[in-house]
Amino acid sequence: MNFNIFELLGSALSGTLLDILPIILVLGFFQLIAIRKHIPNLKQKLIGLVLVVLGLGIFIVGLEQCVFPIGTHMARQLTDLSFLAGNDSARLEVLQNSKHIAPGLYLWTYVFAFFIGFSTTLAEPALIAVAYKARDITTGAISAWGLRIAVALGVAGGVTLGVYRIVTGNPLHYYIVTGYALLLIQTWFAPKLIIPLAYDSGGVTTSTVTVPLIAALGIGLASNVPGRSPLIDGFGLIAFASLFPMFTVMAYAMITEKRTKRKEIDEPS
Amino acid sequence: MDVFPIIVVISFFQLVIIQKPFPHLSQTLFGVVLVVIGLFIFILGLESALFPIGEKMANEFALKGSPWWIILFGFALGFSTTIAEPALTVIASKAGGLAAGAGAIENDTNAIASFVLGLRFTVAFSVGLAIAVGVVRILKGWPLIWFIIGGYTLIVITTFFAPQEIIGIAYDSGGITTSTITVPLVTALGVGLATSIRGRNPMLDGFGLIALASLSPIIFVLGYGIFVYGVGGL
Repeated sequence: MNFNIFELLGSALSGTLLDILPIILVLGFFQLIAIRKHIPNLKQKLIGLVLVVLGLGIFIVGLEQCVFPIGTHMARQLTDLSFLAGNDSARLEVLQNSKHIAPGLYLWTYVFAFFIGFSTTLAEPALIAVAYKARDITTGAISAWGLRIAVALGVAGGVTLGVYRIVTGNPLHYYIVTGYALLLIQTWFAPKLIIPLAYDSGGVTTSTVTVPLIAALGIGLASNVPGRSPLIDGFGLIAFASLFPMFTVMAYAMITEKRTKRKEIDEPS
Repeated sequence: MDVFPIIVVISFFQLVIIQKPFPHLSQTLFGVVLVVIGLFIFILGLESALFPIGEKMANEFALKGSPWWIILFGFALGFSTTIAEPALTVIASKAGGLAAGAGAIENDTNAIASFVLGLRFTVAFSVGLAIAVGVVRILKGWPLIWFIIGGYTLIVITTFFAPQEIIGIAYDSGGITTSTITVPLVTALGVGLATSIRGRNPMLDGFGLIALASLSPIIFVLGYGIFVYGVGGL
């Protein structure tokens, strides 16, 4: 262990106490001034608050000590020149002498980005809850699994394209602005009921663990690919991961709608 | 549970594709344990204290509050939950370190700390504003899509004037902010409001607060970048 865990925890705890303070003030103020009622089960709520501060402190230390290093580390290994050359010393020499590396060589980075995006989103608890709610509201027209796979594919595709952008160094806003335009066009054709859910799904799916990991991957890639700046090119993966699920969720709703209509034509009741 | 598939994918790539042992294995494993335990305690605390209070309050305001109180409550809720959001804390400090390393801001602890704090306050303010606007939208029953189109247009215009160094962070900030603490409380407020007002559909009007809360930080962080770095041309 080459870091002092207690020192880190101590500073993290005092930091999180300050971070949580605004919520306590807001809830306390509105409870006493606007609603003018006492909080029921005050003791249990206070214990809960202590747990929030304690858990958040430990969690942030873990994020900084583990999740962030893993992300940057994977990025460094996957973009390592000797890994790209596949232990071929002649190719390694060519790569070391060239200033520009063909984007196609980073194939494993794209595959990694896809799987990290897909697997973490599929396990996302917030998404599971939203998917069940959507299934109940639409009485099964939107299946929970269908929605989860649609969102997971969206995040996976988004992160992969985002990684490709970092490797090539294209300006981020070209991609995002084009994405917005396509999104508005697709909204025109999508079933009305799905639109708010689709637009929310972009923000909901990127969770507390996934966000630092994907951000670290982007910063790590931008630090290691020749010619990229971590500040300018390293960010942007989260933006892709929030944009793409909107496409796939609307596409999923359009496909189910079409299928239900065809069924109705095939089997007139 | 959230972490398990991440471990599977990373182990597979480390052992099968890269074919090297894990470096700093003990420290990394210790970090994983901290993340799992910390997340567990944190969510336990959220569910026993903050969520019940917040949801009950959102419902009570929705049922019988005056519009001004609800709007003020929406702003305060968005602001305070965003300040507490752990992912934003971690990413903002990373962005501060990178900006100092690239020479975009002065490389001393005070300058970095004030940049990071400014970033977090900008995001929190913009989320608060977005929730307040979103609450007005639900009260009036305006369609969400006009706000989305307006927001996107503003983003594109602001991007034209923004310096290159802020664009990535700004576009990311939308997705980062709406996370563990903000989403459940804000969704409770939206669905509670849409359910208690006659003529509103919870599916059409209740959702959409998160969409606005992911949009407005992009505009305001771009503005923050212009304020810190000066106007950048494209």
